[in-house]
Amino acid sequence: MRKLHFHPCGNFNDRYEQELTIFETDFGRTAVLAGLLILFAVVPYASSAYFLYILNTIAIMSIAAIGLNILIGFTGQLSLGHGAFFGVGAYAAAILATDAGFPFLLAVPCAGVITALVGVLFGLPSGRLKGLYLTIATLAGQFIIEYLLVHWEGLTRGTMGIVLPEASIFGVALGGDRCFFYIAYGALILMTLIAVNLMRTRYGRAFVAIRDNDRAAEGMGIPIFPYKLLSFAISSFYAGFAGALWAYYMVSITTEPFNLGLSVEYIAMVIIGGLGSITGSIFGAIFITGLNEGLRWLTDILMSTNILSAIGLSMAPLRELAFGTAIVLFILLEPRGLAEVWRIIRSNFRLWPFSY
Amino acid sequence: MDFFIQLLVNGLSIGFLYGLAAMGFVMIFKSSSVLNFAHGELMALGAFVFLVLIGWAELPVYLAFPLTLVFCFVLGFVVERLFLRPLIGEPLIYVIMLTVGLASMFKGAMLLIWGGNLYTFPDFLPEGLAIQWGSVNIPPVYAVSIVIGLIFLMLFGLFFKYSSQGIYMRSVADNQPAALSLGVHVRKVFALSWAIAALVAGMSGIVLGIINGINVHDLSSIGLKVFPVVILGGLDSIGGAVIGGIIIGLLETFTGGYLSTSLRDVVPYIVLVFILMVKPYGLFGLVEIERV
Repeated sequence: MRKLHFHPCGNFNDRYEQELTIFETDFGRTAVLAGLLILFAVVPYASSAYFLYILNTIAIMSIAAIGLNILIGFTGQLSLGHGAFFGVGAYAAAILATDAGFPFLLAVPCAGVITALVGVLFGLPSGRLKGLYLTIATLAGQFIIEYLLVHWEGLTRGTMGIVLPEASIFGVALGGDRCFFYIAYGALILMTLIAVNLMRTRYGRAFVAIRDNDRAAEGMGIPIFPYKLLSFAISSFYAGFAGALWAYYMVSITTEPFNLGLSVEYIAMVIIGGLGSITGSIFGAIFITGLNEGLRWLTDILMSTNILSAIGLSMAPLRELAFGTAIVLFILLEPRGLAEVWRIIRSNFRLWPFSY
Repeated sequence: MDFFIQLLVNGLSIGFLYGLAAMGFVMIFKSSSVLNFAHGELMALGAFVFLVLIGWAELPVYLAFPLTLVFCFVLGFVVERLFLRPLIGEPLIYVIMLTVGLASMFKGAMLLIWGGNLYTFPDFLPEGLAIQWGSVNIPPVYAVSIVIGLIFLMLFGLFFKYSSQGIYMRSVADNQPAALSLGVHVRKVFALSWAIAALVAGMSGIVLGIINGINVHDLSSIGLKVFPVVILGGLDSIGGAVIGGIIIGLLETFTGGYLSTSLRDVVPYIVLVFILMVKPYGLFGLVEIERV
């Protein structure tokens, strides 16, 4: 057996492959594998139904947040329509599953592809422009999609919503939180792997080049417009994929959740987790879902003690305030997000007791 | 026919208000090329401060109005100092995400304090300003808003064209590092432009509040409607903002009147996508051509 590789005390890389490794040390790889083993073998049986629900939500949100991070963190373009694209995925899966009778395994990726196509449709006019026109186009996309979801009743059944059939793989029904846990986390691992590896290919490096300096990137022979559009399509695919999973998990979907607030929530996840870090997106999803549940718990307690119920304190404004404050504070104080905090903590441990 | 003329007048006056709201937005874009997503919230804040001064503190209008404007001006300074100054020199995308965060923060805070209810100002404008022209009725607010809008349009035009401060602002927007190295006081430019933009936003918030009543959700959605307006008019053109506002206002009222009321709020965004396709720099925007 070869010698286990621990973290060196500095950057001693002398080949590009060393820069590109996913795990810097063998210890990191072992820790992640062990963590995954515990996640799959112990967690679903040790946690309550409510906690499983939170975990599943985190997995689905993480997939969408990874998609948005590819766009914001790696390509440097901002999308304000991620919530709507998540909704497009959810509705695409629901319509495919009910009207077209697609099975689960086919409906979810197809929903992702449909969402990517819708994303390209909105990205097409703005991608050829310099600057942040994509932000404005996606803002328009958010409102237009929201309108279509409610008013194109022939397709989306309007405010009635759609009830999905139970997900099943090769005739095995996947009802219940515990079964879905395996689906959601399996999908999350798959999508994380794809994203991490995508960022190591020429495409990923082209995205980073565009983010850092678009003129230089063009000078190096990267066609900016196709790459920007590709990045946006990938990000929309992730949103649609996550939305489809969410639709299957929720069983029945309506048009309300896919508003601008959800888009802002995703932006908050990406910023809090860390721009340009795939694991950061997962941290961000955990943070935001935790914050959501924490606020719900807090408002419940305050309401039940009758102190604040007279004022009519409600959940929605508190959430908005908390998300906004979190975005602002993270941008000002730790722009690289929780991923950076995690790195600092790790290096403190590694360099202890001489960490200065 | 009467219906048509009434729609025309309504569209023109609503459009003018959009233009007024968009002016503050263009102000910030012109000086720092930041897309300010918190514009609607700044508008709502101005309207609420005016409401508090006039309703709760019972100040007379001629005192409350300037006080509100002073408050907004100071608020603009404070926002810039606390949130935007640390980001000078950072990539633009951080600043824009910060304004998204600020929008959400302000909106949440206002909803916590005032709730999502609709408030109305007490009636204070004299009836004599109303214009009655045949069967068409123009309420006094619109008349006042048109006068205010025209004054501000002229002031801004002169400011950016002739005053040294205005030229500094344009230089900062065009190329921040170059402006810095030529000795432009970038921090001062940012502070001033945010203060002026907050002032204009507060003022348009008050005018909109007089017309539609004050509601956090409504005003923040109008703040987002600024985007179609400025894209149509050209992101960096103040005159374009007004004309874009009028076109969007007309389109909205005509779709609301003839097609369907639910389509009304989406039409500006459909126009936005269309404009991005055919004329991305808008009607009066500066066309940037860059060859690499």
